[in-house]
Amino acid sequence: MLALADFFVAIIETEISIAPRHLVALLPLFPRVKLAQGLWLLSWCATVAGATTFTLGCLLKTELRRRAEVMDNTDIHVVPNTLMIVGLASLGINYFASKICQDALDAGRFPRWKNFLKPYFAVSCFFTVLMLLSVIMSYAMKGSLESSLKAGLRNGIRFYKDTDTPGRCFQKQNIDRLQMEFECCGNNDFRDWFEVQWISNRYLDFGSKEVKDRVKSNVDGRYLVDGVPFSCCNPRSPRPCIQYHLTNNSAHYNYDYLTEELNIYLRGCREALVHYYMGLMNTIGAGVLSIFILQGSVLVSLRFLQTAMEAVAGKENTEIETEGYLLEKGVKDTIMEYLDPVLKFFLLKNGGKVEEGAAADKPAAVP
Amino acid sequence: MSVGKVTFTKVEREKLAEVLWLLNWISVVTGAILLGMGLFLKMEIQKWQEVMSEQGVLYVPHMLITTGLAACGINFLGGKICLDCADTNKFLRWKLVMMPYVICTFFFTACILAGALMCYSIRSQLEESLFLGLRHSMRYYKDTDTPGRCYLKRTLDLLQIQFQCCGNTGYQDWFQIQWISSRYLDLRSVAVVDRLRNNVEGKFLMDSVPFSCCSPLSPRPCIQQQLNRPLAHFNFDQQSQHLNLWRRGCRQALLDHYTVIMQSISLVVLLIWLFELLVLTGVRYLQTAMENVIRVGDPESESEGWILENSLAETARSNFNIIKNLGKCYQVDDDPNIDVPAMMAEQEIKSEQVQVQRTS
Repeated sequence: MLALADFFVAIIETEISIAPRHLVALLPLFPRVKLAQGLWLLSWCATVAGATTFTLGCLLKTELRRRAEVMDNTDIHVVPNTLMIVGLASLGINYFASKICQDALDAGRFPRWKNFLKPYFAVSCFFTVLMLLSVIMSYAMKGSLESSLKAGLRNGIRFYKDTDTPGRCFQKQNIDRLQMEFECCGNNDFRDWFEVQWISNRYLDFGSKEVKDRVKSNVDGRYLVDGVPFSCCNPRSPRPCIQYHLTNNSAHYNYDYLTEELNIYLRGCREALVHYYMGLMNTIGAGVLSIFILQGSVLVSLRFLQTAMEAVAGKENTEIETEGYLLEKGVKDTIMEYLDPVLKFFLLKNGGKVEEGAAADKPAAVP
Repeated sequence: MSVGKVTFTKVEREKLAEVLWLLNWISVVTGAILLGMGLFLKMEIQKWQEVMSEQGVLYVPHMLITTGLAACGINFLGGKICLDCADTNKFLRWKLVMMPYVICTFFFTACILAGALMCYSIRSQLEESLFLGLRHSMRYYKDTDTPGRCYLKRTLDLLQIQFQCCGNTGYQDWFQIQWISSRYLDLRSVAVVDRLRNNVEGKFLMDSVPFSCCSPLSPRPCIQQQLNRPLAHFNFDQQSQHLNLWRRGCRQALLDHYTVIMQSISLVVLLIWLFELLVLTGVRYLQTAMENVIRVGDPESESEGWILENSLAETARSNFNIIKNLGKCYQVDDDPNIDVPAMMAEQEIKSEQVQVQRTS
């Protein structure tokens, strides 16, 4: 670790040239060896971190699936899926990084990685950027999660009474358990229950005058009450729960519905669930961000090691000082260099035109 | 006639010491496990201690915690001792400590067994405690304005929701107490006054239950009122009644919950006890073997180890005599160093003379 620190100090002390080579550092043998050893250890830490990312992704997916019945769509699942993919990929990336570091200690064995390293860096950068993207997504998809929950809860409340309809018979149980566990009531708040008929017709005595009046007074012929199910009741209330005739102060002794706070849960279930999931994703996001920084530093250090070792290759005296750099050409040129094979693959560019462009670039690049 | 006599060569003695060192370290881990289990049980009991009438049940986790700590300490020391026992010279350092160490190990092994058996036997005491505690809590359910009892309503509601139970033995227990506070009863209403007058003690009793007895598994919205009159509700048939509320009593639910925990704990404790017994036997053999080596004088020779030097009956008798004679340390006996007063000496001479006369 100390050697790594020295190494970074050396970079700062060296002039950063504005010529094609970016971030150059002089690496004599001793810091090179120390860099390889430190990086080997760091890459094993990053492997563990990759496994942690995978586990966090699995955890998040499990939590989202537990409440899948009150979510309308599964768009939000892209976040845990990405985390799991990135976790698995980083296991592979860091495994190879440690192998490369091991071989970097021996100048004879290093050249066999020559052809492997360019695609390796491309893939590693892609997955590292994907890791950052997943964290950004977890914050950005709050709106999508909220709208999914809004639609899901609305359906749940609407089909609460349909315990005899196949496919909907568990809605009542799910909504009741949800409201009791998250200490919430309704979609936005408890008034959502006033707009829906949540008592099934099977349990309404249509011979009774009261029921007939109520059904008649509603345009759609629904039996609407100003009452909520028992699962909205708050155990912390000092008085026995008042579920029915909530807006009618005179129906209950010593009761004012405008000032009563403890009787039923005042929070809406959508807000409660969004709060819960955003809290979970924030914690996971913070962890993944630190893993991203770790992974990034592994890749940057590996790049320096690679370029330093490449300069040594072929020379007889392996103990000389060599330069390590981050990018050989400018940023734009490097990106184009990597994108060319991809674009060729998609036949977006002519083969001939690319060669002409490369030939024109070369004289300009030579200092 | 020794009990369990085994002969040990020097190599065997050293091997025994090494094995015991390892076993002692494993015992430290099992002692930590005991401690952990005791703490867990204590936390579980304290979670619902408001619905238990007395805290006598807490002596089981306390026993486990103390035994766990003792196990960790004694076995840590034992590890050190056993490592030194491989070498006769180092053993001499510990010679005086060995016997007390073996006795302590024997006692705390017995405590572990007692702890395991206690976990089984506590069930009836727990049931009694829960019965009285739940009855007390239900009686004071309505007293949310009395200091010291204001959280009983919340505790009982959360208990019924979490353990899916209702009342003490069943939901009918709620019919026998007034669980609606008078603060929320309109005492000017005729219905309320009638009901109060109907009851001998002036309590407002209803055939209704709190909301926490409701079961989410019921296909219909929960019916909490007028439970004794199913005809008061439309289409309230037998099956609906069965699914409407939780059928199980909270006493049974809590008892089952604690029984499962305590049975698993006692199983693990029994396994630990068997392991400790093994360690105790090994340590006793090592102690006796090393002492015999020192008695013989030659560190390279074979020695015998045993569990008891004489048979069980003789050991018991000799120990009993030791205990009997503990109180007699100041009595006069035939020790020539004790200064016997002259009068006593004359009496002795006279009795001798009498004896001589008789024999002659």
